[in-house]
Order: sequence, then structure tokens, then C-alpha cells
Amino acid sequence: MKGVAAQSRPAFNWRMLLLSFRAYIALIVLAVIFAFLSPAFLTTGNLVILTKQVALNAILGIGMTFVILTAGIDLSVGSIVGLAGMIAGGLINEGLVLPMFGIAIFFNIWIVMLLTLLVGVLVGAINGILITRLNVTPFIATLGTLYVARGVALLRSNGATFPNLVGNPELGNTGFPILGTGTFLGLPIPIWIMVTFALVATFVASKTPFGRQVYAVGGNERAAELSGIRVKRVKLLSYIISGFCAAMVGLIISSQLVAAHPATGETFELNAIAVVVLGGTSLMGGRGTMGGTIIGAFVIGILSNGMVLLGISEFWQTVIKGLVIILAVVVDQLQYRLQQRAALQLKEGAKAL
Amino acid sequence: MSQDPIILRAEAVTKVYPGTLALDKVDFNIRRGKVNVLIGENGAGKSTLMKILSGVEESTSGKLLLEGKEITLKSPRDATRQGIGIIYQELNLFPNLSVSENIFMGREKLSNFGVIDHKAQETIAQGLLKRTQQPISPKSLVADLRIGQQQIVEIAKALAQNAQILIMDEPTSALSQHEVESLFSIIQDLTAQGVSIVYISHKLDELLRIGDFFTILRDGRLVAEAPAAEVSLEWIVEKMVGRSSDSLFHREEHEAKEVLLEVSHLNLPRAGGGMLLDDVSFKLRAGEVLGIYGLMGSGRTELLESLMGLQPQASAAIKLAGKAVSGDIKTRIRSGLALVPEDRQRMGLVQVLSVAKNMTLSSLKRFVRGLALSDTQEKKGVEQMIKELSVKVADPAQLITSLSGGNQQKVVVAKSLLTEPKVLLLDEPTRGIDVAAKGEMFSIMNELSKKGLGMIFVSSELKEIMAMADRVLVLAKGRISADLARADLSEQALVAASAGETVRLAA
Repeated sequence: MKGVAAQSRPAFNWRMLLLSFRAYIALIVLAVIFAFLSPAFLTTGNLVILTKQVALNAILGIGMTFVILTAGIDLSVGSIVGLAGMIAGGLINEGLVLPMFGIAIFFNIWIVMLLTLLVGVLVGAINGILITRLNVTPFIATLGTLYVARGVALLRSNGATFPNLVGNPELGNTGFPILGTGTFLGLPIPIWIMVTFALVATFVASKTPFGRQVYAVGGNERAAELSGIRVKRVKLLSYIISGFCAAMVGLIISSQLVAAHPATGETFELNAIAVVVLGGTSLMGGRGTMGGTIIGAFVIGILSNGMVLLGISEFWQTVIKGLVIILAVVVDQLQYRLQQRAALQLKEGAKAL
Repeated sequence: MSQDPIILRAEAVTKVYPGTLALDKVDFNIRRGKVNVLIGENGAGKSTLMKILSGVEESTSGKLLLEGKEITLKSPRDATRQGIGIIYQELNLFPNLSVSENIFMGREKLSNFGVIDHKAQETIAQGLLKRTQQPISPKSLVADLRIGQQQIVEIAKALAQNAQILIMDEPTSALSQHEVESLFSIIQDLTAQGVSIVYISHKLDELLRIGDFFTILRDGRLVAEAPAAEVSLEWIVEKMVGRSSDSLFHREEHEAKEVLLEVSHLNLPRAGGGMLLDDVSFKLRAGEVLGIYGLMGSGRTELLESLMGLQPQASAAIKLAGKAVSGDIKTRIRSGLALVPEDRQRMGLVQVLSVAKNMTLSSLKRFVRGLALSDTQEKKGVEQMIKELSVKVADPAQLITSLSGGNQQKVVVAKSLLTEPKVLLLDEPTRGIDVAAKGEMFSIMNELSKKGLGMIFVSSELKEIMAMADRVLVLAKGRISADLARADLSEQALVAASAGETVRLAA
């Protein structure tokens, strides 16, 4: 019996170790390959551009991770991105129009951003209420708000773009482009925002009661409820966080473009889900980490960036991205099975004691 | 022609999992047309043996002889082909399909056009159900059947595959007393028809009633085999755990203390009219273990759920240590109530989390320092509980699913205790755990009682409730049909009261 244990354990652990660090390994391998194939890849300029692109998916993914950890899904984030841009763009260019008084109020740029983020929170709250109070399944509820939010974004300007969002010094609402194009300590501001969001989200998920409750709700909703966790509140908050993150991305994009277009953010929800899943979070809920999501966003980012540098056709890029996502989930399942088996062995071992 | 009395013989079966020896050269004889009882604590190797007999797992060494001929079972399909059927504790039925569709799942009878011949299926199903003497229509939806009837559908399904050997794993765990009786008469009919039964259960009194041959496993080894005539309860327990049963089930003396919990006029309407709980009132003293006994559907679980605020329709006046209790479950946990739910897997544990994280789930607030959960505080709380309840776990960061049933249950109890309750509600706390773990659960209850905790202990096992309760309320159809002090407890009184008869005690 001892011989059996001695033979099988070390090999097993080695394989498990490789599997648990697979995302990091994939990241490094990809980076090495592209660095080798394209001299442009490892230049500071390219890495900054790459990280700026990654920031958008990463921030969306952070919000999405909370939702998916509760065993939910948020399809509305792409539309929230578009809606947020239109809200901010409208407030800057047209102000808040109050027809009954025949006036338009122009806000300071900080207030514009705050109001825009509140719109994201509002859509997230609507998702959460539909799901927790009216018992609509997350897929359908957020599919509905996907359409509604996109529709509202289009209605805001009858489908037109809000151009040139630089504000007017006389109205005191200038400075919006700094969010997307400015730098702080040499790094673009979107990267700082991503870092801040990632740190806060990691802290919330792993160190606070709310974070623990998110995992519990996704792992076994009934048991969580019987443990005295207010399941509905936990879910509602998760969708609100997701809406908030999406609105932030909407602000960054419209600031980068110095314009807001109502179609911005289409299919972003799928990218967000992809980076979350690539980061090892289970769509069944209860399993996953924020760090994984960030890594997932970098894997997708490096892949696209590297393939562009190598001149691979855009169509092939799409195919390869899809295959990578599928591969990631297959490997994830493999790891899960190995973990389950390890738990079972511990159990059998405990019985034998 | 004389038939070998042994239809299937397992010889020196060994099963090695990486790191563990689950079965060590076990011999097991299944006698033709008899009820062959397999007993052992959790982890003794029963389920492994069962998996090997039903083709789910292959043995590492040893052989299986069916009618004297060696067979190999590589899959459950092989086992079915050889006439070995199995009914799992969790039934494998499709609730959205009809009885006959379930019976022929995967082996549908087809008409000449290649479509399912429902008529033929229903006729055959009818015949099979007749063998079980149960009034179940082959056309009815499985979801509409009671658990007991669903189990009979499983039996019919096995019979449809010409099962000569039928393995039953804890078949009575979800059945009412009445349903257990009809299951037993079905088993008797089947054995009379020559079907051999392998019967696995933790309920020792049932085993003694129904068993013809007893095989006992301990730590993966065969420890004893005997015909029913030579078997007694004491003998079984001694062989299973290696010590006598008296020390396991024992309620320690304690003095009566002040009233802690007062429940008056608890009413809970049933969805379709009538009452699930009908004007239930009682008091619980500090340090008291109040047993609640009743059949399935008598309102036992609903009573505990109403106390915890999980039944929104329930109305009652509840006073805990002089203060009124109301609100949702979180508020009630804060006011000093805690529930250890009946279904550990579905309602007690979060399978994806570690032992430690499961334990602190109800009391996270206690461990917050500043904005965050304090690792050191959490660790302290967890380690104290592991020590107090002697949970067998190498590392609290292990997944909860790596623990045995008894230890998982201790974690659920620990989760409740960390909320510092005044009253603990225990719903079938010993279900599905082995005899030794039951003993430990009872000694935990004794300890808690000494500390002044009031406990409400729901159990459907007479022996346990008689051993542990200071007082027993019997529920029948939502009403209290008897309130018996420890001195007045007898099996007859409990059974009679649970059937709805009002027990009059001799003055």
C-alpha cells in the first residue's frame, strides 16, 4: 500500500502543477514565440499599445467574472459600452436638455463621467432585479437589456455619432480626451485604470465577505441561502459591478476616439466571456479568479497583437482565437477532473486511516 | 438437478486506488433467491465492491464467478447483460418522461417503421409493475409519483432487463414507514421468484428484519459472514466497529434548566389547501434535546424550516430567550437559531469550496478586521472547531468533498456553531453516516447540551431518538400527536402516535 502511494504521488503533482500554471505558461510561450518571430513585438511602444488594448477586455472581464462566479452571465456589457459612450458624448456636446425650461445644463467633466458610470450601474441593477426578483434566467434577462440598451444608445442621437468630444472652455467641460489618451508616470491612463480595477477586484473577491459569498452562491445557491447569505443581494451587486465596469470601458473608448458612436461595443460581451473562460473561471459558477481573467485578457491580447505583427490574415485570426478558447476550456475540464480525482483519493485515503 | 446455492461469487477481489487499498482480497457470496445483506461503515469498501459487481469499476485482482463460470465486467452494460441490476440511492429516472418510457430508456421497443411502439412498451411495463403488486400506471409521469413509487419503477426497469441479481443501495433512506413495508413485501416476492438481492443499508433494524445472509466489511476486508439465525444487533455493531454498541448511543444526565425557546401557534398552510403544520406549540429548555419524530410528510422538516424563516407562509409567535424572533434566515441566525439541514450535499455544503471556507460561511462577519477577512482570525476559528468536533482533516484548505460523510457533517455542524447559536436545529443529522460517526455526533450533542445549548433533533430512526432525546414530540399530519418525556418513551408509543393515534399515558 505504501509502495502504491510512493509511486503515483510525485508524477501526479508534477502534472497538476503544470496544469494549474498553464495560463502563465501559455502567456510566456506566446510571448517568446512572437518575440522570436517579430522583432517589433518586444519594443516598448508595441507593449504599451498591446496593454492598452488588453485593458478594455480586462476591465469588462473583471465585471463579468463576478457575474460568472455566481453562475450567471451578462450579455448586456457590449451594449452598455455603447450606451455609456453616447451618454457621455451627449452630456459633453449637448448637455442635459430640459425642454420644459428651455435650457441645457452642461456639467463638469468629472460629473459627466460619474453620471455615465451611474447609467452603467442602473442597467446592471435592472439586470439584477430582473434575475433575482422576477426570476428571469440571466441569459434571457441580459439578452433583453442587450437590445434595450443598444436601442437607447441609437435613439440618443438617431443613430448619429457625437463627434469631437473636447468640450468647450466657456462651458467648463473640457478634458474628456485625457482619460483615454493621457498618460501618468509615462503609462497611458487606461492601463492605470485596469491595474486599479484588477487590484480592487482581487481584494474584493478573495478578502471580503462579499467575495466569499459570491463563490458560495455560485457553488451551491441553496446551501448559501441556508447559511444566511442574502443570495439575491449578492447576485444583484455582481450585475451592478459588471454594469459599472462596462460603463468605464465605454468612457475609455469614447475618450480614446474623442467621439461616441452608438454601435461601439458590439460583440464585446463575447470577448469578455472569452477572457473569463480562458482565465479558468467555470461557467457553472463558484470556480475562478480575477488573476486568471487578467491573464486571459493578456493571452487574447498578445495573440491578436502578435498575429497582426506577423501579417496573418484577419480571417485566420478569428479562427485561431476560437480554437484557443475551445482548447482552454478542454484543458480546464481536464484539470477539474484531475482535481476531483485527487479529492476522491484523499477521501479514500482518509477512510483507510 | 441441484442448483448451486451461490449464484455469484466474488473471490479475493482487490481494488487499489492510487494511494489507497479499497478492497483487500474480499470474498463475497450472493446466495440464490436470498436477501444478501452487505454491512460496513462508510469507507469499509461496500460501495467499491458494489461498483465492481455492477461493472462501474474493474477490480485490480481477483475474479467474479457467475454460476461457477468466470465473468469479466468492463461496463455497467456488461453487468446488465449478465443479469446484474443495481438501484442507486439517488434514483436515475427522468421525471419528465412516463413510467414505461423510463423502463425502456435506451432499449426502446420499436415498431416496423422504426418508431417507438408505446403500446407494446406499456403492455410489458404493466406486466412488470404487476409483479411488484403496485397500482402504478405505465402512462403516468415519473414526476407525479412518490419517491417510494419511483423506486418501484427502478425495480421494474431492472426486471425488464432480466435482472437475476438486484443490488439495492440504501433503498429505504427516502421512504416513509409505509413505503418501507411495501418495499419489503416486493423484496419477498422477488426472492420467491428466484431473484437474488444484495441489500446495503445503514439501518440496522431493517437489515435484521429483511436479511437472510449477512456479510460485514471493515477497512476493505471481510470480517464476518453469517446466516440470519446467528446474527444479532450487538453482533453486527461489534463486528462493524470492533466494540459494543452501548457506548455509542448514550444520552448523559443533565438537570432541567430555564425555558429557552417558546413556539406558539405555528401554522403553515399547504399549497393545495389544508395545513402542513396545524397549531404547533412547544417549549424547549436550555440544555435539552427535544426529539421530533414523525413519518415522511408529517411536517418534521417544515417545522424546522418555519423556525428558520424559510417558509414564508408560516405564522407563529416565536420567543428565544425572552425576545421575539422573526424575519429572514439571516436575522434569525443572528438572534441565535441555527439549522443543520437534512440534505448535506444539496443544502449543507458548497462543494467547490474548502473545508475552512465552508465552515465560516455563516459567520464571516466575525472574522472581518477593518475591510477584509482576517486569515489569522479565520484560521483560529476553524482550528478551534476542528479540535472541538474532532474533524478528521489533514489541512483545512482541502476541498470539502475530500472528507468522509461523517466528517462533512461535522463541518456543517461547525458552520452552525460558529454563529454562536442558543438553539441548534438538527434535521436528520445522522443520515448516511456510519455507526462510529453517529456515535461521535451524539457525543457532540451531549457536550453542547452541557454548555446549555437547546437542541431540536429530528430523526426518523426510532433507536436514535429514544437514545438521545430528553423529550419527544411526535408529529402526525402536521399536528403534535404526543409529547412524551424520556421515562415514557417506548417504540410502540412513538409508532402509534406517528400514525396519528393520540397516545394516552397511564396516569
